[in-house]
Amino acid sequence: MELFTNQVLAGIATGAIYACMALAVVMIYQAIDHLNFAQGEMAMFSTFISWQLMQWGVPYWAAFVITLALSFVAGIAIERILFQPLAKAPILTNVAGFIALFAILNSCAGLIWDFTIKQYPTPFGSAPFLGSQLISTHQAGMIGVTVLLLLGLYFFFQYTRIGLAMRAAASVPESARLVGINTSWMIALGWGMATAIGSIAGMLIAPVVFLEPNMMGGVLIYGFAAAVLGGLTSPFGAVVGGFLVGIFENLAGTYIPGVGNELKLPIALALIISVLVVKPAGLFGRHIVKRV
Amino acid sequence: MSAAEEVVAEGHQAVEAVPKRAMTLAARTSFVVLLILLIVPLFAKNFIIFQMTMLLIYGLAVLALNILTGGSGQFSLGQSAFYAVGAYTTAVLMEHFNVNYALTLPIAGVVCFAFGFLFGHPALRLSGVYLALATFALATATPQILKLNLLEHWTGGVQGLVVTKPDAPLGLPMSQDMWLYYFTLLVAMIVYIFSVNLLRSRSGRAFMAIRDNEIAASAMGVDVALYKTLAFGVSAGITGVAGGLSAITVQFVAPDSFTITLAISLFLGMVVGGVGWLPGSFVGAAFIIFVPNMAESISKGLSGAVFGVLLFLVIYLVPHGARQVAFLAHNLLPKRTKN
Repeated sequence: MELFTNQVLAGIATGAIYACMALAVVMIYQAIDHLNFAQGEMAMFSTFISWQLMQWGVPYWAAFVITLALSFVAGIAIERILFQPLAKAPILTNVAGFIALFAILNSCAGLIWDFTIKQYPTPFGSAPFLGSQLISTHQAGMIGVTVLLLLGLYFFFQYTRIGLAMRAAASVPESARLVGINTSWMIALGWGMATAIGSIAGMLIAPVVFLEPNMMGGVLIYGFAAAVLGGLTSPFGAVVGGFLVGIFENLAGTYIPGVGNELKLPIALALIISVLVVKPAGLFGRHIVKRV
Repeated sequence: MSAAEEVVAEGHQAVEAVPKRAMTLAARTSFVVLLILLIVPLFAKNFIIFQMTMLLIYGLAVLALNILTGGSGQFSLGQSAFYAVGAYTTAVLMEHFNVNYALTLPIAGVVCFAFGFLFGHPALRLSGVYLALATFALATATPQILKLNLLEHWTGGVQGLVVTKPDAPLGLPMSQDMWLYYFTLLVAMIVYIFSVNLLRSRSGRAFMAIRDNEIAASAMGVDVALYKTLAFGVSAGITGVAGGLSAITVQFVAPDSFTITLAISLFLGMVVGGVGWLPGSFVGAAFIIFVPNMAESISKGLSGAVFGVLLFLVIYLVPHGARQVAFLAHNLLPKRTKN
């Protein structure tokens, strides 16, 4: 029983990483209606920028805020420059664009900061949290930040005019335009916010997985899986999905014999698909009614 | 509210409707292309022949994805899994059972068809990104499953299997590479003609009806579940044949050649070639074979970035892929000949 509780705790700790990433995934999905495959690389790039700032002597929290602002602007710029011209192109062409962006960011980061693994500082320290060996203060801090972020997003979307406008633009673009919402800019804003959230995720994850250009590969897959599991339309679902995926993954690794590190991912994904077959819109997702 | 819901329905049509006739090339053009494909290897070096063979093989795999996505509107990131199953079927049959290489291909096709058809069943309930995730899971699981100790006797584990290259039959005076090229070309032609006819048949019309509007299709009496799984099966079967051919041509199968990267390349090939335009599959295959090499030769350190930029250029200039280029050419040519 103790093993079980410990594994669940460890799962929650890794789940926080996925929850953070899933939140960024859901943000962009809300704004542009598809998954951005380059999201992880964008987060990685932001994290490298913050690392560079710290190398130049900027204190952690200042670097954090500067990176956040830079990522927000960069996200908007990427949308305006690269994806705005593709707005009328087929969806699959846009997906190819994401893959291209992925390749560009990954390769540039490799060239600028090379592929060696780097240590990344944590503001929360890495002592055991409340005497538990499994959750460190950093991981507890990460869970805290994720929850705060979720609350912030909830209030933003529910109680601000611009949040309402963004929701309107995402769900019914035509009608939103008729009531005077600039839907094109709402998409750009969505990109900016998703990139900023992604950069937070990156900066929180980097102390755990270490900083390198390929650090986001695995994390993004779990982030997608978590977002899909929780329902792509629900930020709350994404966070719950993230924690669930973390717990799944750890329990599968412990209790199913013969499951090494390699089989963890396929098994976690298989479980998620089983859930999806029963609930096709995810656990907390909204069913979209289609008409002929 | 009704207007709102209609917008949603339109927005969710991931693959645009391509008219049936627009999916293929005219007979005369096909003939010219075939002639070029027949003659060029006679004057090329072995390495170039090998690359052309790979182009045809990837072309087949992209074609298979094109039938699934462009034809029936389902999206798959799991093509590398079917490709791997096909390659391993061929390799195991050739090396463990001494089956003739040509006979392994139909077997690989049938095995993959069954595999795809069965996978299509649980996938029925999923669409769009959810289906993408499910197929993605299949693609990530495949190399790991192939590495399992349990199967090591047959698959060779991490080491993979070495496949013997067949000689030209009947003492024909051509190199192994050249013979394999013509063999692949023959298989590609058969599969291509089969695919074209399939999409023109009753089943093909059913695929397209599902792609354009699933609810309307089922209201008109199309068995949506059957045709969706059938599309998965056919696509997997063709991918399996391509995988089998690749095992013979590369002379080697190993789990790490069939990762998600392969599935993503095939997807890019489809987009560059034009979703729903079958001949474009081979153009797309050329893109995914030659452009990464080109990017590497332009800059070693930044090859990924160069590749990304080139890809962006292509999708900016022709968002509908090679299909758009072909249509432009088609619209320009007759006018010129009249003048």
